Amino acid sequence: MRILKLIIRNVLRHKLRSTLTIIGIAIAVMFFGILRTVVDAWHAGVEASAVNRLITRHAVSFIFPLPYSYREQIARVPGVSRVTFANWFQGIYIDQSQFFARMAIEADTYFDAYPEFIVDKDQLEAFKRERNACVIGQKIADQYKLKIGDVMPIEGDIYPGRYEFVVRAIYKPRDEKTDATQMLFHWTYLDERLKQDQPTRAGNVGWYVMTISDPAKAPQISQTIDEMFKNSRAETKSETEAAFQQSFVSMSGAILTAMNFIAFVIIGVILLVLGNTMVMTARERIREYAVLKTLGFTKQHLIGLIAGESLAISILGGILGLFLMFPMVEGIGANIPQGMFPIFDVTRTTLILAGSSAIVVGIVASLFPIWRATSMKIVDGLRQIG
Amino acid sequence: MSEPNNQLIHVKNVTKKYFRDRLEIPVLTNISLSVPEGEFLALMGPSGSGKTTLLNLIAGIDRPTGGQIIVNGQDISSLNEKAMAKWRAQHVGFIFQFYNLLPVLTAFENVELPLLLTNLSKQERKKQVELALTLVGLGDRMRHYPKQLSGGQEQRVAIARAIVTDPTILVADEPTGDLDKNSAAEIMTLLDRLNKEFKKTIIMVTHDPRAAEKAKKVMHLDKGELTN
Repeated sequence: MRILKLIIRNVLRHKLRSTLTIIGIAIAVMFFGILRTVVDAWHAGVEASAVNRLITRHAVSFIFPLPYSYREQIARVPGVSRVTFANWFQGIYIDQSQFFARMAIEADTYFDAYPEFIVDKDQLEAFKRERNACVIGQKIADQYKLKIGDVMPIEGDIYPGRYEFVVRAIYKPRDEKTDATQMLFHWTYLDERLKQDQPTRAGNVGWYVMTISDPAKAPQISQTIDEMFKNSRAETKSETEAAFQQSFVSMSGAILTAMNFIAFVIIGVILLVLGNTMVMTARERIREYAVLKTLGFTKQHLIGLIAGESLAISILGGILGLFLMFPMVEGIGANIPQGMFPIFDVTRTTLILAGSSAIVVGIVASLFPIWRATSMKIVDGLRQIG
Repeated sequence: MSEPNNQLIHVKNVTKKYFRDRLEIPVLTNISLSVPEGEFLALMGPSGSGKTTLLNLIAGIDRPTGGQIIVNGQDISSLNEKAMAKWRAQHVGFIFQFYNLLPVLTAFENVELPLLLTNLSKQERKKQVELALTLVGLGDRMRHYPKQLSGGQEQRVAIARAIVTDPTILVADEPTGDLDKNSAAEIMTLLDRLNKEFKKTIIMVTHDPRAAEKAKKVMHLDKGELTN
């Protein structure tokens, strides 16, 4: 217990230095966690993907539409148990900064394919009955204080015109990975408007979503679908939902790589901050270590003392950083558009990574001082002027 | 060759050389001496004569280049580092010129340090530490930190730390070198008392003839050789 007391007293010996080091580590751990949370938020769609869902989109890009007529052909492909589709609508709700997913869907089938969107049965029926009805996620309802029966006026941009949707259902996310920031409405409503205003754009959908009975057969089914539409006016690319989501993430690949890189540079910075403190500490105390060795304390005792002090500082900094991370992430999450990062939470992995980084840094930063103290000859240490 | 029974320390043909780059620096040359139990030996000599080196070798914090050092029947030159550390903890009490107390520990905690390496219970340790500090006249300063003590008091704490484990020998390197005249006299009186009253074997390195007067025997070193 005296050794533990000695570690604590040593940490407190230079209060200003230790405090600054702890704050430095805390800030670094906090930023590491924030960056990881942003990177995780980018990957949230991939994480939330279902293994039994395939997506078929235009072979060139998902911004090109596919004919509605493909629906029945895809439904006949062996292994496909259900087909539905969606179409990116976007539009402007309130103003351009209010970003969240707004999509036209096949009302009768979409929610069967997405069981993670939990919709009250009566609300769902009400939605299906009304052409200009929409379903919104719980987070969107909370953010814009929308309730059943409210009207959401949206100014179309990709599909010009003014659209007025009536909220008929609010879906709840099944778990924390589920995106609760979507607004979904009848594709038929959009298609009817297009038939009137821009007939050449009518009869198309954005992408098809297939539920498959055996996830292991995803490659064969994808291949069958794509073969089916080869050399047609709209060739397709079919892939798992995870791969489809990953393609969005890949568009920001350089940014994510940079963020990951910065996150690990931050770990390096913590190492330098703590390493500098520990090297200074060891240099100042070399005579004390020599005295301890003289009294009969062994290398193991010195390792415990030095590593203990380094770990105490790094763990305190780590804990403080983790405590600061939550309000910071919450603050950032509250100030970015809900739909930009539907899931913006500190994950367990981030907590473990940030916490263990602090511990690893504590150990690594103590290695040089330990080597110096343990390899020092007692007589040399006693000669050292502190 | 048989040794007299009461000889506690035997230094046999000990040499010590240091190496700076490729330069060989002889510090001790063929030193032999014996110290009986209960002796109070002062090692004197000019700076660089090798007296501190000899003390360090006897105390097991340095190793000879050649020769043997036997303390209480144990050839300490043959011990490995771990065994040597254990041996020092059990048999040697150290008193340094600059006290070398840990500034973050109280007088009590500094004196308790060597006992942490023993199997004594907390209560037993407390009893021993209080006894040692009382013996050096600091029973009322146990909770004081080194910076709250005078130089003489700090050295007395260091002496308490040296005797708390009841070691076989006490080694003191210039114990009065950093003290004023009065404090130095107090420390020497204390060491004298430890030798006479508690039969402690003491080997002391000193420049101070007044300190050496307290010793029963004085040996002189010059250029790494014993001159008497």
